[in-house]
Amino acid sequence: MDSSFIPLFVVVPMVTAFLIPLFAKLWQRSSALLANAAGAVLLGLSVYGAVYLFTDSPALIYRMGGWAPTLGITLVYDHLTALVALAVNAVGLAALLFSVRYLDHYTGHWKFFSLFMLVLAGLNGVTVTGDMFNLFVFIEISAVSSYALVAFGTDFDELEAGFKYMVIGEIGGTAILLAIALLYAKASTLNMAVVSQVMAGFGRTPLFWFIVAMFLVGFAVKMAMVPFHAWLPDAHPSAPAPVSALLSGVFIKVLGVYAMSRVMFNVFGLSRANAPAFFNLLLAFGVLSIVAGGLLAYAQKDYKRLLAYSSVSQIGYILIGLGIGNYWAIVGALFHLLAHAAGKGLLFLTSGSVEYATGTRDLDKLSGLEKSMPATAWSHLLGSLSLAGIPPFAGFFSKLFIVIGAVSARMYWLAVLAALFSTVTLGYLVSVVNRAFFARKDREPTPAHEVPATMVIAMLLLLVLTVALGVGFKPVLDKLVGPAAENLIQGLGYARAVLGG
Amino acid sequence: MIALFACMLLLLIGLYAVVTKRNIIRIIIGFSLVEYAVNLFFALVGFKRNGIPPIITELGQSRSNFVDPVPQALVLTAIVIGLATTALMLALAMRIYEKYRTFDITEIRRLKG
Repeated sequence: MDSSFIPLFVVVPMVTAFLIPLFAKLWQRSSALLANAAGAVLLGLSVYGAVYLFTDSPALIYRMGGWAPTLGITLVYDHLTALVALAVNAVGLAALLFSVRYLDHYTGHWKFFSLFMLVLAGLNGVTVTGDMFNLFVFIEISAVSSYALVAFGTDFDELEAGFKYMVIGEIGGTAILLAIALLYAKASTLNMAVVSQVMAGFGRTPLFWFIVAMFLVGFAVKMAMVPFHAWLPDAHPSAPAPVSALLSGVFIKVLGVYAMSRVMFNVFGLSRANAPAFFNLLLAFGVLSIVAGGLLAYAQKDYKRLLAYSSVSQIGYILIGLGIGNYWAIVGALFHLLAHAAGKGLLFLTSGSVEYATGTRDLDKLSGLEKSMPATAWSHLLGSLSLAGIPPFAGFFSKLFIVIGAVSARMYWLAVLAALFSTVTLGYLVSVVNRAFFARKDREPTPAHEVPATMVIAMLLLLVLTVALGVGFKPVLDKLVGPAAENLIQGLGYARAVLGG
Repeated sequence: MIALFACMLLLLIGLYAVVTKRNIIRIIIGFSLVEYAVNLFFALVGFKRNGIPPIITELGQSRSNFVDPVPQALVLTAIVIGLATTALMLALAMRIYEKYRTFDITEIRRLKG
């Protein structure tokens, strides 16, 4: 098939980002319209690409400007890319649709949508790129726009969170740049596939591990694994709700988990067999994230802050999946990437609905919203059940696969921990339901109205995705997640696929 | 070799400023130092003693002394990105000053828990 659709993943949002300010002067509503149209096109493109890969085909390669690898930038669309692109653009479209009315309380709509498009351009770029420096550039494009979006409210909290996020995030970005500089010094090329072949010839010297460590620090900051998480519980709640949904749902996974897996598995060829220390380190960070994030989430009174700590905890699940490192555990990690993208995106949208309808996020001030906002309440409840791992929702299968992986690797304590902490997840998410949505005896229900139709549709989109991923887990596993896990496990097979032959 | 250690020193000075300084502007300066150190290091990757510009001026010229031009192109991109981040940081610092009337981060602490 013609692979010339791949650059559109970057071109469409990038062009839209610059069209939005132009048309905003003519007609204010055009910003939302253009952004949603671009979001729909992106989702269509990712479905198109994924459906093509379903027919058992190899990875699609696009060479920018026709330059051969080692010289030019290569774009790669394999199963792992397809999986991440679907998650990014589904959550992106839902968040864009949600923003249309959510922004009623804000000014400067075109700035919001323009920045949002740049974040999407960066995320899609990170997903499709096959070039180390290109990866860095796209990471920075999405990161810099996200700093501005976090501070979009320009009030006390937003500015403080935005500055903190920016300083920590940029230190992470600089670590990635330093790692790329060292990598270039050794390999004299930036194409991931060629770099991986060159690096395979070098021994595991201290310099090799120093480069790995620098990448790990950079990606750890981007994915907010404990103890690099300090910015996330401030930044994600301070952003407007649709941005929180995008940041927590896909941003930390694309810039952190996906980019890290690509570099560690496919470029450095690390695997449990040849680098057990690295994988044990991932396990340690994962366990730390699950425990610390889960327990801190319990103590929160702010709706979105609770969800943010929950994200830290759920990233831990993805990390232990990658850290166990066998087929089922990686399948579980990637499935959790999808399940958590849909589920946490949905929960952040419901928190936005509650804030839109009542003007507060303080769980102690809310009560009995289920009567006045049934769609929001049910979305929250079902999304919570999915994240906590209740069948038949998506989160159940991801945790099941991780547990299967842990058991088959004879790491029984990890299986027990994963199961135990899904009840903790259930505990803090249901406590939100109890406090905000169910009627409380000692208090009148908070006056509220259901949110406008577009916001409900946005929530329904992610809700349907959460249910569909769970009920239809078999085709998703066979066609998408399984082959994507193979992409990672094959390690240096990535180079053969990209360079052909 | 000395240049590489100077880079490392610059990076550590910058990190020290980011971690220990209380004034937002000083943190931004510290961050700029870190960024310069990495950019300088990246440019040094392409350095070659007695190197010449990678332009073929006569036929049959030896190419072994050519300086690698790729790091320089990459550093230019990185500098532009650095410009954007520094500008955004300073813009945030201005808005923070308008709100809090201070640049001291120990007084800008409303988020916790």
